[in-house]
Amino acid sequence: MNDSTLILTLVAAIGLGTGLVFATVGEIITERAGNLNLGVQGMMLVGAVAGFWATFNTESLLLGVIVAMIAGAAFSVIHAFASVSLRVSQIVSGLALTIFGTGLSSFLGEAGEDPLVGNPSKATFEPILEGGLADIPVIGPLIFGHDLMVYVSWLTVAAASYYLFHTRMGLSLRAVGEDPASAESAGVNVARVRYAHIMAGGALAGAGGAYFSLALVPTWQNEPIGASGWIAIALVILASWRPWRALFAAYLFGAATRIGFTMQTLGEPWSNIPSSLLAMLPFVLAIIAMLVLASGKRARFLGAPAALGLPYFREQR
Amino acid sequence: MADHADTLAVEFRNIDKAFYGVKANDNVNFDLRRGEVHALLGENGAGKSTLCSILAGLYRPDAGEFIFEGTPATFKTPKDALAAGVGMVYQHFRLVSNLTVAENLALGHPKLSVHISQEQLEEEARQLGEEYGLPVDPKARIWQLSVGEQQRVEILKLLYRDAKVLILDEPTAVLTPQESQQLFKTMRQLAAEGRSVIFVSHKLYEVKQVSDRVTVLRDGKTVGGAETKDAEPRDLARMMVGRELDLPTRDPNPDIGEPMLIAEDLRVAGDRGLEAVKGVSFEVRRGEVLGICGVSGNGQRELAYGLTGLRIPSSGKVILDDEDITKKTVEQRIDRGIAYVPQSRLGMGLAPGLTTEENLALKAYRKPPFSNGPMLAPGVFKENGTKLIEQYDIRGVRPGLPIRLLSGGNLQKALLAREVELNPKALIARSPTRGLDVGATEAVRNLVLDERAKGTAVLLISEDLDELLALSDRVLVLYEGEVVGRMPAEEATPERLGLLMAGHRDEGAA
Ligand SMILES: Nc1ncnc2c1ncn2[C@@H]1O[C@H](COP(=O)(O)OP(=O)(O)OP(=O)(O)O)[C@@H](O)[C@H]1O
Ligand SMILES: [Mg+2]
Repeated sequence: MNDSTLILTLVAAIGLGTGLVFATVGEIITERAGNLNLGVQGMMLVGAVAGFWATFNTESLLLGVIVAMIAGAAFSVIHAFASVSLRVSQIVSGLALTIFGTGLSSFLGEAGEDPLVGNPSKATFEPILEGGLADIPVIGPLIFGHDLMVYVSWLTVAAASYYLFHTRMGLSLRAVGEDPASAESAGVNVARVRYAHIMAGGALAGAGGAYFSLALVPTWQNEPIGASGWIAIALVILASWRPWRALFAAYLFGAATRIGFTMQTLGEPWSNIPSSLLAMLPFVLAIIAMLVLASGKRARFLGAPAALGLPYFREQR
Repeated sequence: MADHADTLAVEFRNIDKAFYGVKANDNVNFDLRRGEVHALLGENGAGKSTLCSILAGLYRPDAGEFIFEGTPATFKTPKDALAAGVGMVYQHFRLVSNLTVAENLALGHPKLSVHISQEQLEEEARQLGEEYGLPVDPKARIWQLSVGEQQRVEILKLLYRDAKVLILDEPTAVLTPQESQQLFKTMRQLAAEGRSVIFVSHKLYEVKQVSDRVTVLRDGKTVGGAETKDAEPRDLARMMVGRELDLPTRDPNPDIGEPMLIAEDLRVAGDRGLEAVKGVSFEVRRGEVLGICGVSGNGQRELAYGLTGLRIPSSGKVILDDEDITKKTVEQRIDRGIAYVPQSRLGMGLAPGLTTEENLALKAYRKPPFSNGPMLAPGVFKENGTKLIEQYDIRGVRPGLPIRLLSGGNLQKALLAREVELNPKALIARSPTRGLDVGATEAVRNLVLDERAKGTAVLLISEDLDELLALSDRVLVLYEGEVVGRMPAEEATPERLGLLMAGHRDEGAA
């Protein structure tokens, strides 16, 4: 039963979606503070290469993830400085971050005497339980059959949700995203809140990137994350800026990514569907989600922060 | 002075603040005692909000000295000011509209624990509201509240921080007379507790009624100050504008003509789909001002939308000069002679980011001489702009800079100038003098009365009873989307209108 196509697909979807969960929750936190960071792709790639490098040199997965998060957060400061302090258009500065991050991660992967590229990782994330609980029908593989990062991602979602909706800092953060002028007059430091949560988003994007290079594609290659950074930005909308929904949205995309493989295993006539067509599926889903949900009024209704994308000047009329 | 030093809460010495080269505050001196209500008077653009914003830490002064409770201080941010006990209710409220009342109170409060308990917050908000006569539902989201309620939230926000200095920037501009009276009680209570209140207003009788002292600003400078009991309203007005003035009121117009703008059983939907205007009928004649009063939110906005075409009525008719225009678009209605002065000048009436000249041509630019086919004629824009700025005395215009930098009164003059310049058949104005100083109010009222004298049908929708009674030939009261009273202005008294506005129907009602 635990070997049925459905269960196998669902388990795979969770695995494939986990990198996206981190990145999407990170971007939700950033956007809730009113900052649109289109640099997710770049931050994930920087995290992926930094994490891979750290694990490669220390054989420690924990250090890999920590270094990836630090790298993602540090990298995001470029966007924070440009868009919050210099008030450059958030779109422009985020795109620049992606372009820069993509180049930087390729460069770092190929640099030096002994480049990372083509090397397998010295350690990878593996399911923590073999047998036992993981053998319970259905819930065994779905709940207990994962690697550590999947559980960390669940904790992250729960923590982010609590943070956003039940803490003092979460309240300030949401207020800054809705109406920075009002938040500031209530004594909130708008710039500081935005910096902090752009960096939190960067750290989570870094962790998401590292999940790709240390679990999903554990041999260093250029852009191991595909277009996940862009997908994460679409997922934020699909999740209507709420962490728990991001979890399921990410798994939906994981499933869409997996569907080609599943079709192959089902045999005729399913396996006749061209795999390139199926590979498009996640992107088609992303486009539909954007078209249906991202129109101004609907996005507002769903929870889009009102000040998203707008720079803030205190003395402005 | 020395013996008062211990009772001074705030002292400003020689404060300067300029925006884009214009001095909003020029060598301003101001002091505030503990336990007093201190009125700040001045024309639009005199620099009142600027001075208040400096005290609240929002703006930083370019020069000058600031002494807080006897020691020199600087507030770099509103946070600093709040921490010292200074808070402000801004002219344009600063509440986060999709958060609840309780959340707005909690926002930015330094002493809250990390975990926020909604129930506890709501309870505190309720108690505070009761204590100060400022009732609001703590669970409600800000966008669900009326402006009067939002203002109470703003004041509660300050009390929740235990502010010792409360700055209220034109709080009564958005209130009904009854609400203003309630606010004054609260202000006196605050003063009696030893807190200091700065009260900005354009209405001299309010200043007279509630304040202990007044300071008058003109063109960014302090021009005078006095104990309120020694100050004559007439003198204060002269200090504010620098000349004698008289608020115009209408004389009976002998030339009221045939009906020009007619509404027949008009029904218009509200924002949330429910009907907001429920079968309203009236006619406005040439050379007549029909005043529509009511507490805000009783269908005034939707009525104006239905008449101007911003929202097509769901049923009923709008007739202008014998032509049915119910289904016409906004542009078609403008062409046929409907002019509209909305309540929010920026956004609805004026394009904040365009220059004054461009805004002044915003309704005429599609036609010659402003444009020729797709090409605009910048020379004509400029000429037209210069002429209107001069003729309507629009002050503070900076060439090439966006119109949003003008003060409220000047924005309103610009808007009216543009609308009136088209020689409309009907002028629909919503609260045209809201937030304007006496000088600007005089100018705007004169403009409205001039239109009436020219034979325009004027529909004046306002919550300001003084204004309505001064300008209208007839008055109609709107309550929950229905007409609950109509009468000639001679029979209307503030008391009678107030009762009708609150939903008490009287015998003479329609
Ligand atoms: N943030 C700003 N940016 C640019 N100009 C400003 C700004 N704030 C005020 N000004 C300018 O400073 C001058 C004083 O404005 P202020 O808002 O203090 O006047 P006010 O006395 O409050 O007028 P009102 O009665 O219309 O509210 C005006 O000329 C205004 O255009
Ligand atoms: Mg002001």
